Amino acid sequence: MSSASLRLTLRIWRQESPRQPGAFVSYPLEELSPDLSLLEALDRLNEQLLMAGERPVSFDHDCREGICGACGFMVNGQAHGPQRATSVCQLYLRHFRDGNKLTLEPWRARAFPLQQDLSVDRSAFDRVLAAGGYVSVNTGSAPAANALLVGREQAEQAFAAASCIGCGACVAACPNASASLFVAAKLGHLALLPQGQPERQRRSAALQSAMAAEGFGSCSNQLECAAVCPKEISADWISRMNRSG
Amino acid sequence: MKLDPQLPSGPIHDAWTQRRRELPLISPINKRRFKVLVVGSGLAGASAAATLAEQGFRVTLLTYHDSPRRAHSVAAQGGINAARNYQNDGDSVERLFLDTVKGGDFRAREAGCHRLAEISGAIIDQCVAQGVPFAREYGGTLANRSFGGALVSRTFYARGQTGQQLLYGAVQALLRQVDAGRVELLTQRDVLDLITVEGVARGVVCRVQASGRLEAHTAHAVLLASGGYSNVFHRSTNAVKSNASAIWRAHRRGAAFANPCFTQIHPTCIPSGDPGQSKLTLMSESLRNDGRVWLPAQAGDARPPHAIPEAERDYFLERQYPTYGNMAPRDVASRRARERCLEGHGVGPGGRSVYLDFSDTIRREGRAAIESRYGNLFAMYERITGSDPYAEPMRIYPAPHYTMGGLWVDYNLMSTIPGLFVLGEANFSEHGANRLGASALMQGLADGLFIAPATVSGWLAGHLHTEVSADHPACRDSIAAVQARIDGLGSTSGGHSCDSLHRQLGDTMIGACGISRHADGLRAAMAEVRELELAFAQELRLPEPRAGRNPELEKALRLEDFLQLAGLMLRDALAREESCGAHFREEHQSADGEALRNDDNFCHIAAWQWTGEGQEPTRHCEPLHYRHATPSRRNYR
Repeated sequence: MSSASLRLTLRIWRQESPRQPGAFVSYPLEELSPDLSLLEALDRLNEQLLMAGERPVSFDHDCREGICGACGFMVNGQAHGPQRATSVCQLYLRHFRDGNKLTLEPWRARAFPLQQDLSVDRSAFDRVLAAGGYVSVNTGSAPAANALLVGREQAEQAFAAASCIGCGACVAACPNASASLFVAAKLGHLALLPQGQPERQRRSAALQSAMAAEGFGSCSNQLECAAVCPKEISADWISRMNRSG
Repeated sequence: MKLDPQLPSGPIHDAWTQRRRELPLISPINKRRFKVLVVGSGLAGASAAATLAEQGFRVTLLTYHDSPRRAHSVAAQGGINAARNYQNDGDSVERLFLDTVKGGDFRAREAGCHRLAEISGAIIDQCVAQGVPFAREYGGTLANRSFGGALVSRTFYARGQTGQQLLYGAVQALLRQVDAGRVELLTQRDVLDLITVEGVARGVVCRVQASGRLEAHTAHAVLLASGGYSNVFHRSTNAVKSNASAIWRAHRRGAAFANPCFTQIHPTCIPSGDPGQSKLTLMSESLRNDGRVWLPAQAGDARPPHAIPEAERDYFLERQYPTYGNMAPRDVASRRARERCLEGHGVGPGGRSVYLDFSDTIRREGRAAIESRYGNLFAMYERITGSDPYAEPMRIYPAPHYTMGGLWVDYNLMSTIPGLFVLGEANFSEHGANRLGASALMQGLADGLFIAPATVSGWLAGHLHTEVSADHPACRDSIAAVQARIDGLGSTSGGHSCDSLHRQLGDTMIGACGISRHADGLRAAMAEVRELELAFAQELRLPEPRAGRNPELEKALRLEDFLQLAGLMLRDALAREESCGAHFREEHQSADGEALRNDDNFCHIAAWQWTGEGQEPTRHCEPLHYRHATPSRRNYR
């Protein structure tokens, strides 16, 4: 913990609704503790705007501990900002220097329509998963858990893929706005477990066609998705998806 | 108000099976005629909606999130309990049942606790079948670890992200039903009122966040699975938007609110640094398996931790509780930490933290072992505090976490409003005055996967009502009431923001109704809350317009409910003249500072009835009976 204080200028994309035009507006902030998160600095800005009779900035957030996946916007052109493996709610001001200027703008992708300011609609992700991103098992009839043996390494790999939080950074960072990393992670998770085998081919085809139907682009191996993923999900999952069809 | 818990008769070991045999069935063709509304998409809500849809009911699920995957169950770290005895350490359904009753300090119903222990095994089977990647042994079988308040290893886990993995399993099951057209998923909606017709719950009113439009949704049964209310403390381990509105508005419509003052304070949270901090982050209790809690023996010792020699450290939990040591239950560990800090031994800003030190384990087992067990938690800690927990001890302090209070429900999970069921953390059941680590996820899934699907179906079998359409007078009245409330909120020139009032409420509540409570403090807090309510009514500042997207308005609607609920929590804490579990009344403690229960006068559930705006609520009691577990003083020494 530090007692220093920072001055930052936040240059934020303001757009009241999808129908109205948007523009960048700059807001200087003073005496910020480096122990605050960037979202807490936005809270502070919003309190000031409210008291000055201006409309506070809309941004998505909820758990503020990096796991719900609700938060996310571009900070100086990078999804979730400059810190590796970090969602924007876990980005602390100690990583910035006094006098820095930060440009905050929403995820840009056709499949993620803008709602207001930094907030976008990512429901396309759920529609893609609904197309088959699950194991079809009814409640109450499951076999004994230890009847399905899963090797430790395999369980760990499945876990690594399953830890995707659905924040959408991969889409925002991709020049094609592809959702390949998101889809490949879900396919990889279920394909590594015996439970996921029976529907594997069908699932893969269904998710990939749902992804295209939602307006996400194709993968062209830029690897920007993996570089910005707050959960460090590897682009190898995309190769795996492409190999197994 | 009559509180009939609908407890099963006969031996407890067969009670749930017996109840399921007795519940009437509905033919598959008729199930399609029934519509069920579920509020909340966490473990309880998502799994209940999926299971009821799978059975053939038409289900609508409402959530304030943009995706069901964001529900705060996602943040649970440590694990889920099940009595499987995989480790051959003597665990059994009976032992999990007894631990649950004891962990709740004998303020939960025996029958409910037994059912929870009984169902626990099937939950693990179901989750594994759904593809939840639990930790495994090299041979492929499931791994377990141990948790606070228990002497066996019965906790199933997925690294430090168990809640996330369980929630994703439940949400995938839900999305499968969405795809099949059996669940209508409505996101970004705040539920603001309950609709009742002739005393029966028939729907809810919600506000669409994007447009500000109010909608009435109707059904044959309403299930609230909207989570806990720890955000009444402003800074808690809850997500920032977690709220009490759905249950509070149902309370105002006649649902009894049980044990509101029972809030679990979790001992291992990252302490707050700056006043502008928005929330507190929990560090899983499982860390206490390998971390040792200590403070400088000398009060006011300002040396950095590594400069304090072993002989000048006080491992106070190990000293005071030789049997459980660092694994002493949450309420006990929290109280002891607070005491030591108040006596001047605390470290960090304001002396409000204790050390959680891993250096012994790192020396003994190596850094890699710690990394594989808690890697993500350590990374999270470093990210938030800027300090490396592999190199120096973590600093932790207790914070409000899980609420044991909630809407009163009977054994079938039905509230005092017929047709209104309450699941998971939103109800009061099972945990008593406290809860065991890793049993909240178990309750959410037990309620959603197994209990509600049986009991809701059983209740509907006898209540084939006619459809209530959205233009029914009851719907119009509820919408009008909500609209009037929104129109009456705040002025554009008021001097208080929602956040500033919420912070003040939090300060009042944590001081008077947190780890420790006493009568004078509770009375003073009641007066402070009344003043805050006045400031809210007269001096709140809200931006226009009230139509359309307006996150400040969403906050205001939540805060108004928290202010009212805070008053009830303080009343409940004042009325309960005993110490039990997380409720510690300073007037009631033993000579060595342990909680003193009063079984003669308080072996009951307190259920509060709303009597009208500005009126004193009425306190009702449901007596508790212990036939299988003998109420004993909890002793972890």
